Amino acid sequence: MVNYILRRLMIMPLLIFGVTLLIFAMLQFLSPVERAALFVRDIPKTDKAIDAFIIKYGLDDPLPVQYWHWLVGRRDPSTSEITGGILRGDFGYSKTANLEVIDMIKRRFPATLELALWAVAPIVLGGVWLGVLSAVNHNNAIDQVTRVFSILGYSFPTFVFGLLVLMIFYVGTGWFPPGRLSNEMNVVVLGDAFHRYTTMNTVDALLNLRLDVFIDAARHLILPVLTLSYLNWALLLRVTRSSMLESLRQDYVTTARAKGLAEHDVIGRHARPNALIPVATIAGLLILLLLNGVVITETVFNYPGMGKAAADAAVQLDVITVLGLVLFNGIILVLSNLIVDITYAFLDPRIRLD
Amino acid sequence: MTVTTDQPKGRVIPDYDLQGITERKIGMLERTVGPDNARVIRGMFKNSVSVAGMVIIAFLALVALLAPVLAPPINPNKAYDIPRDGFSSEPRPPMSSWETRQPDVPFWYPALTGRTEWVHLMGTASGQWDVYYGIIWGTRTAFKVGIIIIGLTVIIGVTMGSVSAYYGGWIDEIMMRITEVFMAFPFLLAALTLAAILVPRLGKGIYSAVVALTVFGWMSYARLLRGDVLSVKQRDYILAARVIGATDRRILIRHILPNSIFPTLVYASMDMGAIVITFAALSFLGVGTEVGYADWGQILSFARAWIPSLLTYWYIVVYPGVALVLFSLSWNLVGDALRDVLDPSMRGRGGA
Repeated sequence: MVNYILRRLMIMPLLIFGVTLLIFAMLQFLSPVERAALFVRDIPKTDKAIDAFIIKYGLDDPLPVQYWHWLVGRRDPSTSEITGGILRGDFGYSKTANLEVIDMIKRRFPATLELALWAVAPIVLGGVWLGVLSAVNHNNAIDQVTRVFSILGYSFPTFVFGLLVLMIFYVGTGWFPPGRLSNEMNVVVLGDAFHRYTTMNTVDALLNLRLDVFIDAARHLILPVLTLSYLNWALLLRVTRSSMLESLRQDYVTTARAKGLAEHDVIGRHARPNALIPVATIAGLLILLLLNGVVITETVFNYPGMGKAAADAAVQLDVITVLGLVLFNGIILVLSNLIVDITYAFLDPRIRLD
Repeated sequence: MTVTTDQPKGRVIPDYDLQGITERKIGMLERTVGPDNARVIRGMFKNSVSVAGMVIIAFLALVALLAPVLAPPINPNKAYDIPRDGFSSEPRPPMSSWETRQPDVPFWYPALTGRTEWVHLMGTASGQWDVYYGIIWGTRTAFKVGIIIIGLTVIIGVTMGSVSAYYGGWIDEIMMRITEVFMAFPFLLAALTLAAILVPRLGKGIYSAVVALTVFGWMSYARLLRGDVLSVKQRDYILAARVIGATDRRILIRHILPNSIFPTLVYASMDMGAIVITFAALSFLGVGTEVGYADWGQILSFARAWIPSLLTYWYIVVYPGVALVLFSLSWNLVGDALRDVLDPSMRGRGGA
């Protein structure tokens, strides 16, 4: 167990190092002038100034030197001021957001986190419930309906599903608008009387006891959450279903039935808890799917999170910004996978034996 | 001597039984791909769900092949450029008349509709791009992109996976760590970045997105094939080949790969739906094909500008949306059936 966790912990820095190397490699496709946005916001226009600039920031240094400066920043010899350096949290300057990339992430991350947090409960509960339902009714009508539902779910591209629900629930009925807040509520939220503790609107609204703001924020969240959940149910449903089918075939389930337990208890207390262990392994995959999903979902619903920032920046070819976001998300992913792996070792005794 | 076979239900042919030899007659299919793989292929044709999927795939493939007949291009050299009828930004509904630059009317059209002039069968998008042309030629784009990306990712994945598994040791360790690094990225975000980097260098078109999806798409094949090579590597005939002095390359290419590549190829082909969706997503976001290129995601991206009036302009969402969903649904139907056929624990349980 300790060995297992230690090994995971040792691989992690290696992975993060690999991630930074790969991102640095992608940076090398950019011209030195484009890379200058890593260090400064104003890039000179004239050729002469550009040459001086490239030398000043070492944009034509050997690659290992550049990599080092990219990691820890570069000290200006004359002013001894340090610029850049992803380890210092300086990811460069975002042209599209008109902000330091890191400030943009700070501003956008709570919005994405709010969306993801709201989506997790429906995805997990719905997916597991459907999977168990499907397995318990193996091969009968309910199973078939659930499977059709699930195949449709993973056949629908996120943006097509998003546009369709927008068509019905926004254009058609006007119930759930796109965006993050309506204009009136935005004024309230940005006003002095409203304390922004987390900058997650639904949470802040509750902390400020403003039910009207909460309802407005929730109205804006429902469609993106619905989109993210429906498309991810398919995966959870499939894993839960097959693991539950496996579990239902075990001897202890037969024993439970033989000793006369009600079917409800056989499933709820014997089969399902064991079936859920493999389901926990895909938690990491789920985080990956959510990080991917928010890019498109936020773009379709015009929701101002990290995903939309990435899409906007990519369209305008603002590579520094997108790379900053990829780095940030990649590290989130590595760390969350580590947590998932360790949790899994606690959940499943068999894995500790490795 | 009795020849035993993997399948207990093998038919006993009396004529061969004269000397006590039991033989099972095997067909071309089994002879070519081996008994296990033949069972998978036969299983696929017995399963009604997968047959339904294959029918839709065949239909879409037919549309792609017949694109020049279904929607004759104005300029055959630039067949993927959707013809446009003016420049107005307001989409026009299906069946509205074609005002300017009408393409040739195909032979089936007057017979089927009784008209002699083209109409916009599925309306036009903003900028008066004809949706029908986009859908028909978009089918070709979908197959083309899917096949290119799968081909490239399989080549990379097979190289990485087989070399890694065959040589083992520190080579394996390094290559698998590299694979893990690529997997540590959020796929879509990484592809988006690479596409944004490549667009100014390769130009807008399918290739930037293809390269981006290839670079971040090969990992699962490498891992899958690695597992299969590891097991095939232990077989006696590999030892035999080594004993007679075959080189590593020969053993890998002639003996190991042919016996281990089938599952990877099958899984890869089933990824067609997902790959085309991701490609369409890149186009939808604006880093895929350029405006006016026949690509489903491209047409759908017009809808982003018209969200408040989507009910009026439903045709720029519904037609390409249906095409995309049909495409990925058909591959998923086949893939889902395949998973049942391949899953040994489900064998003989009737599947579903």
